[in-house]
Amino acid sequence: MAAIDMKNIVKKYGDGFPAVNDVSIDVADGEFMILVGPSGCGKSTLLRMIVGLEDITSGDMMIGDRRVNDLAPKERNLAMVFQNYALYPHLTVYENIAFPLRLAKADSKTVDEKVRAASKTLELDEHLDRKPANLSGGQRQRVAMGRAIVRDADAFLFDEPLSNLDAKLRGQMRSEIARLQKKLGITTVYVTHDQTEAMTLGDRVAVLKRGILQQLASPRELYTNPGNLFVAGFIGSPPMNFLPATVEGNIVELPFGKVEIPADKAAKVAGRGLLIAGIRPEAFEDASVVDQTRQGSTFRAKIDQVEWLGNTAYAYIPFEAPPEVLEQLQQLERDLDGETLRTQLVVSLDGSSKVAEDDDAEIWVDTSQMHLFDPATGENLTIDLERAGRVPALEQGHDPAQQAKAEHEVADQQTAAAESADG
Amino acid sequence: MRKLGTAVGCVLILLWCLLPVAWIISLSFKSQTAITNGSPGFLPKDGDGAGWQNYTDVLDNEQFRRAIFNSIGISLIATLLSVIIATLAAYAIARLEFKGKKFVLTMALAIAMFPVVSLVGPLFDMWRTIGLYDTWPGLIIPYMSFTLPLAIWTLSAFFREIPWELEQAAQVDGATSWQAFRKVIVPLAAPGVFTAAILTFFFAWNDFVFGISLTSTESARPIPAALSFFVGADPFNRPASLLAAGAVVSTIPIIIIVLIFQRKIVAGLTSGAVKG
Repeated sequence: MAAIDMKNIVKKYGDGFPAVNDVSIDVADGEFMILVGPSGCGKSTLLRMIVGLEDITSGDMMIGDRRVNDLAPKERNLAMVFQNYALYPHLTVYENIAFPLRLAKADSKTVDEKVRAASKTLELDEHLDRKPANLSGGQRQRVAMGRAIVRDADAFLFDEPLSNLDAKLRGQMRSEIARLQKKLGITTVYVTHDQTEAMTLGDRVAVLKRGILQQLASPRELYTNPGNLFVAGFIGSPPMNFLPATVEGNIVELPFGKVEIPADKAAKVAGRGLLIAGIRPEAFEDASVVDQTRQGSTFRAKIDQVEWLGNTAYAYIPFEAPPEVLEQLQQLERDLDGETLRTQLVVSLDGSSKVAEDDDAEIWVDTSQMHLFDPATGENLTIDLERAGRVPALEQGHDPAQQAKAEHEVADQQTAAAESADG
Repeated sequence: MRKLGTAVGCVLILLWCLLPVAWIISLSFKSQTAITNGSPGFLPKDGDGAGWQNYTDVLDNEQFRRAIFNSIGISLIATLLSVIIATLAAYAIARLEFKGKKFVLTMALAIAMFPVVSLVGPLFDMWRTIGLYDTWPGLIIPYMSFTLPLAIWTLSAFFREIPWELEQAAQVDGATSWQAFRKVIVPLAAPGVFTAAILTFFFAWNDFVFGISLTSTESARPIPAALSFFVGADPFNRPASLLAAGAVVSTIPIIIIVLIFQRKIVAGLTSGAVKG
């Protein structure tokens, strides 16, 4: 058991491209830490640097009180589960699990005890004599975990362990991993691009974008107090809505009309001009089903499309955005591995709502849950820093504008590289 | 109809391939006089049969025994060295990025394409000067250099198929690079290793040009060369039935080797390593 402390970790490849850029994350002893982000954000690279499969360009990697930058993987005493399991196909399940013990020259009695204990925990007893080729995906996954838990490793590292399983099995294995981690109380770093896994498993979640740490906070803090547009758009499904907004006094003007926001939020953004308002779909409701005593504003809008799911219904309302906001939203969409087809508002309505397509419906919105973002830097202007974990961009000595510029340079480099590769 | 066609085709191909072999075996059971007098027909006629006599004669022949020993020794050593070097080289080519990787691969191919005959003359001179002429190493070295390219190409293809994660997993599990290579990569590349071994052994065993040009005595002369020098009691009358028996005997080791190695060539050994 040990804490893992990453201090200003940088990974540059041969062409000077920073895959991981000045990332500092402290994983406490016994903590379940999630690294999450879209593809190419450096999360797997960071994990591989912890385990020693990737060199560290600069910064300090501390495990316990040892600096491990220059240690080989075998000297770091970490256990890792790979995305594709990486089982040894020529060995039986038993020998696969026993492999680390055999390398450590444990005597056969100890090996047997530990392998049997691990296989019992993972319910692999009846498969011990089989070869990996004859196992199902979920069984292979368990063997890979068995190989990890059989050693007394200082920490577990998971590299997207569930991405190869089907949806049902993924849910089961997810709770299995959570249970195992609680039971063993072992420090865990878990890489995923799946936000359900991030939200459900993690004690804390580190959100990365293009090698830069965006926010490090508990799932709840990330959801309610995202540090910037990227985190706000990444966490939550369906994603947060982003609307062009101008604030005058306590009144926010949205494409659908004017709504009132709490005075403390309004004070933070006074005199900022055009902003981006972020409102989660569930902050909206069909005005006809809302309890009249609840605080909030209403507006009327024409519903383009409704998806009724039983317990809830998603309604889509298209809107026009001014070019400066549109550009930022398109960039954000690219960062999130998506593509903007059109700017539209997604609202989550109660299942009992009778709103139908082409209706001119009255929609209620809880404006206390609204966040306002700077369109130029993406910074959340209405963030409650007490409840937002760590947002490196807002820390002393960091300039959000500078960071945005650096990220754009990286993006340009990536585009240029992609273009030259195409040519 | 189609089945019948396939069957007929198979029989034709088998005849085409095996008739010479069958004929050699038939010859080896005829007596010398019967062949000299002319003895058509596949099975020996009455009184023409020699039984196992030709075989005992061949095996009693000191020259022949010596040649068999040379061939087995030289071929096995050449195979072993070639496979070891090829495994290491192929691993480096498959896994490591280094300057001149392309160069090594193209050179290997270029060497394999070199006509053997054009090298024999210079080698003869060189070996005479260095003192390798008519020795085992004098044959082992050219055999290795001609089989290495093919072995390297075969093996590097096999190594590329093995997921790199396996090696990394082994390292995380506490293995050194060498342990990861030996305990995970080599067992998985075994089919490739044995394929390369068979190819190398064939080349060395069947070679005639080097065998006859780079040796002069029994101390290193391999079987194919020795058979061509094989004379019986009468130097003007080649002992055809003895030669046939010798040829049959000399194919036995290669059949044994193939049978042993063939079992190790199991395709799809890596299946189940990673989600595919």
